[in-house]
Amino acid sequence: MTLKYDSTLKYAETDEWAKVEDDVVVVGISDYAQDALSDIVYVELPEVGDEIGAGDAVATVESVKAASDINSPVSGEVIEVNEALEDTPEMINEDPYGAWIFKVKASDLAELDALMDADAYEAFNENREH
Amino acid sequence: MRYIPHTEAERQAMMAAIGIQDIDELFAAVPADYRYPQLDLPEPMTEMEVMRELEMMAADNANLREFASFLGAGAYNHFVPAVVDTIISRGEFYTAYTPYQPEISQGTLQAAFEYQSMVAALTGMEVVNASHYDGATAVAEAAVMAVNIQRHKRRTILISPTLHPQYRQVLRTYTQGMDLKIVGDELEGHDFHALIDMCNKDTALVVVQNPDFLGKLHTPQEMQDLADAVHAKGALLAVATDPIALGLLTPPGDYGADIVTADGQVLGNGLNFGGPYLGIFAFRAKHMRKSSGRLVGETVDVDGNKGYVLTLSTREQHIRREKATSNICSNQALNALVAAVYLAAMGKHGLRKAAELSWHKAHYAAQKIDQLPAYGVANDTPFFKEFVVTCPRPVSEINQYLLEEYGIIGGYDLSQDYPELGNAMLLCVTEMNTREEIDDLVTALQEAANPQIRLEVTQ
Amino acid sequence: MKYDAYIYDLSTPGRTGVDLPEPDVPETPIPAEFVRDELPLPELSLPQVTRHYLRLSQKNYAVDKGFYPLGSCTMKYNPKVNEWSSRLPGFAALHPLQDPLLTPGAMGLMYDLQNMIAEIAGFDAVSLQPAAGAHGEFAGVLIMRAAQLARGETQRHKILVPDSAHGTNPASTAMAGFTAVQIPSDADGNVDIDALKAKLDDEVIGIMITNPNTLGLFESNIVEVCELVHEAGGLVYGDGANLNAIMGIVRPGDLGIDVMHFNLHKTFSTPHGGGGPGSGPVGVVAELAPFLPGPIVDLNDAEDAYIWKQPEQSIGRVKSFHGNFGVMVKAYTYIRMLGAAGLREVSETAVLNANYMQARILKSGNYPIPYGHRFCMHETVAQGKIPGAEDVHTLDVAKRLIDYDYHPPTIYFPLIVHEALMMEPTETEDKETIDEFLDTLDKIAEEARENADLLHQAPVNAPIRRLDEVHAARKPVLIRLP
Repeated sequence: MTLKYDSTLKYAETDEWAKVEDDVVVVGISDYAQDALSDIVYVELPEVGDEIGAGDAVATVESVKAASDINSPVSGEVIEVNEALEDTPEMINEDPYGAWIFKVKASDLAELDALMDADAYEAFNENREH
Repeated sequence: MRYIPHTEAERQAMMAAIGIQDIDELFAAVPADYRYPQLDLPEPMTEMEVMRELEMMAADNANLREFASFLGAGAYNHFVPAVVDTIISRGEFYTAYTPYQPEISQGTLQAAFEYQSMVAALTGMEVVNASHYDGATAVAEAAVMAVNIQRHKRRTILISPTLHPQYRQVLRTYTQGMDLKIVGDELEGHDFHALIDMCNKDTALVVVQNPDFLGKLHTPQEMQDLADAVHAKGALLAVATDPIALGLLTPPGDYGADIVTADGQVLGNGLNFGGPYLGIFAFRAKHMRKSSGRLVGETVDVDGNKGYVLTLSTREQHIRREKATSNICSNQALNALVAAVYLAAMGKHGLRKAAELSWHKAHYAAQKIDQLPAYGVANDTPFFKEFVVTCPRPVSEINQYLLEEYGIIGGYDLSQDYPELGNAMLLCVTEMNTREEIDDLVTALQEAANPQIRLEVTQ
Repeated sequence: MKYDAYIYDLSTPGRTGVDLPEPDVPETPIPAEFVRDELPLPELSLPQVTRHYLRLSQKNYAVDKGFYPLGSCTMKYNPKVNEWSSRLPGFAALHPLQDPLLTPGAMGLMYDLQNMIAEIAGFDAVSLQPAAGAHGEFAGVLIMRAAQLARGETQRHKILVPDSAHGTNPASTAMAGFTAVQIPSDADGNVDIDALKAKLDDEVIGIMITNPNTLGLFESNIVEVCELVHEAGGLVYGDGANLNAIMGIVRPGDLGIDVMHFNLHKTFSTPHGGGGPGSGPVGVVAELAPFLPGPIVDLNDAEDAYIWKQPEQSIGRVKSFHGNFGVMVKAYTYIRMLGAAGLREVSETAVLNANYMQARILKSGNYPIPYGHRFCMHETVAQGKIPGAEDVHTLDVAKRLIDYDYHPPTIYFPLIVHEALMMEPTETEDKETIDEFLDTLDKIAEEARENADLLHQAPVNAPIRRLDEVHAARKPVLIRLP
C-alpha cells in the first residue's frame, strides 16, 4: 500500500512529524508509523505544563500488540494536548497528519533543523525493514 | 519408561530421519569437558514406591486435620467445600496453559473474568486483575503502581506498623533498586494519626491493613477519614484486607481506597504450608493502564458471539519489556479459579455465614480468655477473627504446653515482630474451630499460667 | 451445543449453595456500623455451580487432551501421582508458621529439593521461595545487584541482554533499577562474541543468558561468554526456562553461570493451571549464597532438626511464607521417581523429538527453519512463510491448527525471527503424535497455496472464532455485575 507524506511537515527518524506555528511546534506521527502499529487502541498523553527535552519520550501510542514511544522533536513546555484522542484514538489511523498529539512552546526552534523534509523521510523509509 | 513413550524401534527410526547414529551427536555443541555429569540423586522409584515414600514424609508432620489450631497471622484455616477440588482437578483446567489462544481457552478466560467480577463485588472496586502471587507481592505491586500513577514525581511509600510484617519485608525487597523511601512502620502506637502527619508532597501511597495484622478492626468512618486526609495531601490509599471479613464487613471500595489488596488463600485455597496462595489486586478504573498483572476483558468474535480475551497486554513484559508495569508472567491462575468456585459455591449467604461464625467464635474465645486472671484481651478494641492475648509467660512455653497436654496448636508469638507488646499471642478463631476446642483452649491456657509448671522449650 | 451462560445470569435470589452449621457458641452482637450494605455475589445451588464450571472446562484445550507444542513452555505430561502427593493432608493441611518440630517431613522435603536442584544444575545453594520464573529471575537480578554492591562496585548499572531474550529479562532488569543493553545474535544463533566484547566495561553488572537460547540452540560459546563477563568483573545470570534440554547432559553451574532460576512448572512437570501457580527457585554459586532470598531450610548445628535460616546478607523476603510448597511437592515427587538416569533420558528424548520435527519440516520444505543448519535442542523455530502462499502468515497457520484440534506452537517469539513458529514437543509425546502433527502442518501448507481463505477464516471448529482484540482494548470491559 502506498504511504502518504505531507510535504508541508518535517519528520524525525523516529516517525514523528512536526509543524511550526510561530514558536509552537505541533507533533503527531506519520502514516508509516500508524500503518506499522495498525489499529490504535490508546494514546497516553503528556500533561500540560510538562517541561520536556528534545528526544524525550513524552507520549505513548498503543495498539493491541505494541506500544510506541513518541519522542518530542524539540525542547520546551507542553501547552496543549489533543484530548479527543482519549475517546477516539483511531483518529490517528484515519488521519495521521490531521490528528495531532501534543503542542510544544519551543525553547529553541533551531532544533528542528535536525529533522528531515518529506522527500528525505520517504527515502529513509525505503531502506527500512517493515 | 516413566512418562516417556518411545520404543527402541521408534528411537532408531527417528535417528535415521535426523541422519544420526547416536544420540550423542545431538549434543556436539556441548563442551566435551562438561558433558554427562554424574548426578548424585536418590535412586529412581516406581509409582508404588514413591507413594509409600511421600506418605511417610507427610505422616511425619502434625497437620490440622488432626490438631486443633488457633494459628493465623496471614494464613488461615477456613472451610473448603468439596466441589472446589472436583473442579480444579479437571484436566481441562489444571493442565491448560496461559490463554494466549483465546479460541480454545474460553473456560480459563471466562472463569477468570467471573473471578474478576466477583472480587470486584467483594472489594467494592471497579477493576480486579487475574491475580498476583500472594497478599505480600500484591502490596509491593501496589507501591510500584502508585509511583507510576504519580508519574514518578513522588517517591515515598508510607506504611502502617500494623501492616503484616512479611508484607512490609516483601515491599522493601521489591523496591530496593527503585530509589524509593519506605517509612512509617517505625512509628509507635498503632493508630492512623501519626501516619497522616507524616504524609506530605513526596508521598505517593499510604498502605494500611484492615482488619490489621493484630486483628484490630477500624470503623468505616475512621477509614474514610484516613482516605480523605491522604487524598488531601495528593497521595493514594492502598488497603490490605481479609476476603472472608468482606462477606460481612464494609469493603475498602466503599471508604475511599484507591487500591485494595488481599490474600485469597482464605477463599478455598487451603493452607499448603505457605503456598500457592492468591494475590488479590483491585483498583479504580481510571488507573487501569498503569496496573500490573493479567486482565481478562469481554469482547465478541467475528460472528458476533460474546467471548473473553487477555487484554491491555501492552502493559506486560512480553510486549513492553523493560517498560512493562511489572515483569510478572505466570500468576496464580488456578488459585483464582479456586476462589471463583468457592465464591460461587458459598454465594452471598455462605460467605456471610462463614464470616459471622468466625466473628462469634472469636468473640466467645476472647471473652472467656479475658476472664482468666493471668491473661488479658483488649476487648474494647474491635476485631474480626483475630485478637492479641497478653500472657503471663513467654508464648513459646504456653504453646508447648497446649501442644503436649491438649494437642492444640496455639496462636502466633508476637515477640519477634512486636517486642513492645511483651508476652503477646495473636490468636485466631474461624468457623473451623468448635466450641469444644475453644473451651479446651481456655482450660489449657489457665493451666499453662501456673508458674509451678516448668516448661522447657525444646529447640 | 454451545454453552455461554454467565455466572451472574444463573443466579436466583435466596438460593444457597454450601450450608454451614449454626453457631455452637453464644452470639456476640455485630455493631451495625461495620456491616456492609449489600454483597453482590451470585446465589447458586451446588448442582448449578458444578455444571457451570464443568461446561466451562469443556471449552478448554489442555495437555491432558492433546499435543501442546508451545515453545519454551515445556508442556509435558503432568503426572497424576504428583497431584496425589500434594493433596496428602500431611502436606496440604500444614500452616506455614507451625513450629519446625511439628513439620519435619515438609521441611525435609524442601531441604532435599533445594539440594536436588542444586545438584542437577551445578550450584551450591538454592532458595525455593520465588513463586514463578519471573519472580525467581527478579530475585536473581537483585542478588547480582547485592553482590556487586558488596564488592564495592557501585558504578555498575547496566545488564547485557541478548536480543532473543524473553520479555521478562529486560523487565526484571528495569525493576531492579538497571538499564538493559541489547546484544545481537550471530548467524549461527549464538550471542555475538565481538558485540559482547564491545559492550563489556566496568559499568556492567552482568549478562542475562538463556541456554539453550530461545532459538532452541545451545550457545556454542557459553564458556567463553562466562569467562569474558567474569573478566570484566560481571556476573552471569542464567534463565533456566529451557533446562529440559540439558538435565544429565551438562550443568549450567559447571559452565560458569553464577545464578539461575528454574521453572518447576516447566522442567519438573508441575501443571500450568491455566497460567499458574508455578514455582521459580533460584540457585547460586557459593559466593552468592549469602544473598539468596529467605528464609530457606537448613539443618541446626547438631544436624538433627530442620530450621528456617535467613541467609546472612539476604536480598530479603520475596514472598510471604516459604514459597509455593504445594508445587514443590509435585516437583519433588517427579524427581524422586525419575532419578538421575530418568532425568537424563527426559532431556535426551526431548532433544530427539525436537530434532526429528526439525528434520521432517526441513525435508517437507513448507516452513523455513532459519537455523536448521544446526541441530536444535528441545525446541525448533520455524517460520510461517509458506512458499507459494505469500499472503498467509504465522497467525493464520496457528488458527488453522486449532481447526485440526491442536494447540498451536508459540507464535511471534523470539522477536528476532520474522513470523516465528516455535515448537517444543517435549519428551512425553510419541512418534505417532508428532508424525500426525507434522502431516497436518503439511496439509495446512497445501491449503495455504490452494485456498488461503481456509486459513484466514480459521478457526471455524473451535468453541469460538477469532476474537476482536482491538475492541477489547479500546473500551475495556473487565467486570460485569448485575
